[in-house]
Amino acid sequence: MQQKIDAQQVRKVAKLARLDLTEAEIEEFTGQLGAILGYVEKMNELETTGVEPLAHCLPIHNVFRADEVGASLGTEKTLANAPQRDESFFIVPKILEDSSA
Amino acid sequence: MSDLSYKVIVGLEIHVQLCTRTKMFCGCALRFGTEANSRVCPVCLGLPGALPVMNRQAVEHAILAAMALDCTVAEFTKWDRKSYYYPDLPKNYQISQYDLPLGSHGHIEIPLEDGTTRSIRIRRVHLEEDAGKNVHAAGNFSQVDLNRAGTPLLEIVTEPDLSSPEQVRALAVELQRIVRYLGVSEADMQKGHMRFEPNVNLVIDRAAQQFKTPIAEVKNLNSFRALERSVAYEIRRQLDDFLETGRTMQMGNKSTRGWNDVDEVTVLQREKEEAHDYRYFPDPDLVPVVTTPQWIDEIRARLCELPVRRQVRYVQQYGLSAYDAGVLTADRSTADFFEQAVGAGGDPKRVCNLLTQVGLKLAKDRGRDLPGLGLEPGAVAALAAMIDRGAVSASAGNTILQAMVETGKKPEVLAQELNLIQKSDAGELEGLVDQVLAENAAAVAGVKEGGKKSQKARAFLVGQVMQKTKGQANPKVVSEILNSKLGGS
Repeated sequence: MQQKIDAQQVRKVAKLARLDLTEAEIEEFTGQLGAILGYVEKMNELETTGVEPLAHCLPIHNVFRADEVGASLGTEKTLANAPQRDESFFIVPKILEDSSA
Repeated sequence: MSDLSYKVIVGLEIHVQLCTRTKMFCGCALRFGTEANSRVCPVCLGLPGALPVMNRQAVEHAILAAMALDCTVAEFTKWDRKSYYYPDLPKNYQISQYDLPLGSHGHIEIPLEDGTTRSIRIRRVHLEEDAGKNVHAAGNFSQVDLNRAGTPLLEIVTEPDLSSPEQVRALAVELQRIVRYLGVSEADMQKGHMRFEPNVNLVIDRAAQQFKTPIAEVKNLNSFRALERSVAYEIRRQLDDFLETGRTMQMGNKSTRGWNDVDEVTVLQREKEEAHDYRYFPDPDLVPVVTTPQWIDEIRARLCELPVRRQVRYVQQYGLSAYDAGVLTADRSTADFFEQAVGAGGDPKRVCNLLTQVGLKLAKDRGRDLPGLGLEPGAVAALAAMIDRGAVSASAGNTILQAMVETGKKPEVLAQELNLIQKSDAGELEGLVDQVLAENAAAVAGVKEGGKKSQKARAFLVGQVMQKTKGQANPKVVSEILNSKLGGS
């Protein structure tokens, strides 16, 4: 294993995934993610020179549909699971600029 | 500011909505102005178990556009997930193309003000899905409408080759013409079919040293005017900022600014401290796209002469002004109609005048395109010929064209009915000229005197003849008779 994952990386990944982890969880997941990476590391033992990177695990391509209108759910069904709605809209807490920073 | 000079560097990112009937990965209809959240299905919502499937038409539209932009079309391309969190993106990722865009290394030729063109490099063209719409309502909530989520979008990124606000605008307008010509987008600015994000900075030379100002990306531009003005504003702002603070480009000081259309200024939205981490990875739900030579040939057959080429050709082949050529080639149906009328024997300049001075106005008033007026190209050519041989005057020709649209009758018939046949018979007009000369001795003397007065007096005499014929004399013939009687020209 060349790279060991550290708590700082777990914090970053958790932030990107919008997960609020406790210090204990960070420690726990640091160990678990490290073990997973170690396991996957085994792949590096394979000789891959001349092997094309795989974009998809199925050996098929060009699965298209025609540009024909199908059924939509309609407003009522679409909003059925909405925690909050306002007539035909979903309602979310007010969006501030740059919620993604 | 003694020995300071600067260059403007702009790269443009453009999103164009493709005009398919349905969304990119599901069969929900694309319709403008329907009830919020009525065109939504499990694929749009990213519900568990829902599977996206590519819309063939959208992929073909994208390939056609990439070809028109002179791109290398990828033989193999795939879909990637771009992860970010925003209420208008229910899956928490956008399906896009990351490392294998559909098209790359292209060019777009843009018309410049001096009538020449300039080639701007295209970095990449890729296909992706649009997000929904957030409506920022009053109060502590925002409303979300997902009807737009999943709409096919073409993202076009240029190299930073543009060097003025006018060029940025010209590229945007040219791209609109191209996608309309190809029929891949309605490119209606009012409906948000085209969105622009320019990246602007300056390279400043001062005291034998070169400085680069930090790059600003401008968002929230929904008109050509806003696009052009925002770039002009950024140039001034960045120059002022440099003179005041001396700040230059560094890692991580690129900023995002929003255009305020009312105050016509850009406002800082965020300083990018680190690049966004979108965690791109191949979408396992979608299989790759392989473009076979046969399929590519099929799509290539739909290419047409591009508007800018056509515009240049109209100037060279027909001797039209760059302005008129631009008006005629603004949309494909107008240019096609013009060429049909010229093909039917109409003089290009004459046909151009009829169409630009009357035809396009009538079409606009009626909310149609030019062929939608129901005019026969051959009839327009016939009218042009009538004007050319002096049977009717140019202004009578305009009246006749309007009557042709209203009644569907032939120009020869209307010229008679409306009593617009011009008197070109020299014998008949000669008598009238003699009469006018006899009645206006003072003006005749004025003409013979020569100098500036002479021109004025001559014009007066022509006017008198025109009056006697109620405007139906051919002024050219009248002038000729007058000249032969009074000498000179």
